[in-house]
Amino acid sequence: MAAMIEVSQLTKRYGRATAVDDLTFTVRPGVVTGFLGPNGAGKSTTMRLMLGLDRPTAGEVRVAGQPYERLNRPLHTVGALLDGRSVHPGRSAHNHLRYLARSNGIGRSRVQEVIELTGLTTAAKRRAGKFSLGMAQRLGLAAALLGDPAVLILDEPVNGLDPEGVRWIRDLLKGLAGQGRTVLVSSHLMSEAAKTADHLIVIGRGRLLADTATVDFVGGAESLEDAFLRLTADAVEYRGQL
Amino acid sequence: MNLLAAEWIKVRSVRSTLWTLLATIGLAVGLSAFVAANFRANIERVQNFDPIVTSLYGLTLAQLALVVFGVLTVGSEYASGSIRPTLAAVPRRGRFYAAKTAVIGLVALAVSAPSVLAAFVVGQHALGPYAVAAGDPDTVPALLGATAYLPLICLFAAGVATMVRSSAIALGVLVPVLFLGSQGLGNVPGLRPVLQYLPDQAGMELMRIAGGPDSRFGPAYGPGVALVILVGWTVAALVGGFLVLRRRDA
Repeated sequence: MAAMIEVSQLTKRYGRATAVDDLTFTVRPGVVTGFLGPNGAGKSTTMRLMLGLDRPTAGEVRVAGQPYERLNRPLHTVGALLDGRSVHPGRSAHNHLRYLARSNGIGRSRVQEVIELTGLTTAAKRRAGKFSLGMAQRLGLAAALLGDPAVLILDEPVNGLDPEGVRWIRDLLKGLAGQGRTVLVSSHLMSEAAKTADHLIVIGRGRLLADTATVDFVGGAESLEDAFLRLTADAVEYRGQL
Repeated sequence: MNLLAAEWIKVRSVRSTLWTLLATIGLAVGLSAFVAANFRANIERVQNFDPIVTSLYGLTLAQLALVVFGVLTVGSEYASGSIRPTLAAVPRRGRFYAAKTAVIGLVALAVSAPSVLAAFVVGQHALGPYAVAAGDPDTVPALLGATAYLPLICLFAAGVATMVRSSAIALGVLVPVLFLGSQGLGNVPGLRPVLQYLPDQAGMELMRIAGGPDSRFGPAYGPGVALVILVGWTVAALVGGFLVLRRRDA
């Protein structure tokens, strides 16, 4: 299942603001790829462009060799978690997963499987509006895994999870990559990225700053955080003061 | 079929949308029965009494519950953000939209037909001796017209909600439009020539609540033209919704 994500000369402007600026990179199967950048760097926008939710101003993204919009029953190829909160608050987790599954011809037994896999068994019949952020993230992850996809695109999946959940995701992602899947995970937590990602793509102000193995990226620096801060020093949009 | 089934799961898995459907039936039957019983008790003071119109009176309010159903079914996707996982699962937006509007229209029809019939039967019963004569040639057209009107106005509302991508804005536009024409400004002589072409006015004519071309209050056209006008509005709103959905970032 050699399904890659190929981003080429991707640009997205909102009015005069440029969120993504001529990005080109490839996400490969078999490793966990961390997608890093300061707040407002364009990580979430890039992910929405990958999923055909936003339309690029220029350039294109191919997932498994095709533009996302061309994929038939895309959940079988690509699983995505953008925001675990994107669920109707009055709908149960189970029904949320059921309609997504049904739209792609996925049966009820698989819905039950991902509910168990993500630890939602006791919460599945509850209305999603009552979920904590951690529970919502688990639901988003369950949705991403529904179609047993070869490509996973996850935006800050560990947000809101407890330490047990963080470690569970880390092991899950490594396991999925180990099976030959393509796993792209954005994060703003450097320590987490250092533990999970084998490869890093770093962007700042919508531009590509680095595309390299994690080991090489850290290089002689004390930590991934130090290397990251040095690289992105000129690309920080929002900066507090001491 | 999968997409229709998926949209059907959405409709029946949220309590608020189910409430709007119950409200549609309740208002249609309850208000019609109430008005009919009242007219019967005060029959000597009622002007231009029409037994069919009287027994369908509840539909003027029931349509609002059905409009809210159409709006919420679309608008809640944007309010909750569930439009994004939905479109990620079904990136061909035209197919998603076709399935969604088909389910809205079918559900609205499934609720409207029994609502209209029940309102008529209960209303006629409440009218007692003043009920419409069996075999009155106006009965069947009025019932069919009402049954066609309610799903169409519901789809019109769904199209508007898709255009503005918000329940609150959609209702802010629709409620004045649906109320101004029939209840308020529509009776101002200078505005009537224009406002009579609003969708709810066409609906009133279709249900014969406006009383036909010779009535003082109805629009100056018959049921056939009314149906054309109503379908025109509905198609325009649905096409408008599709163009917005196709073009905009989710």
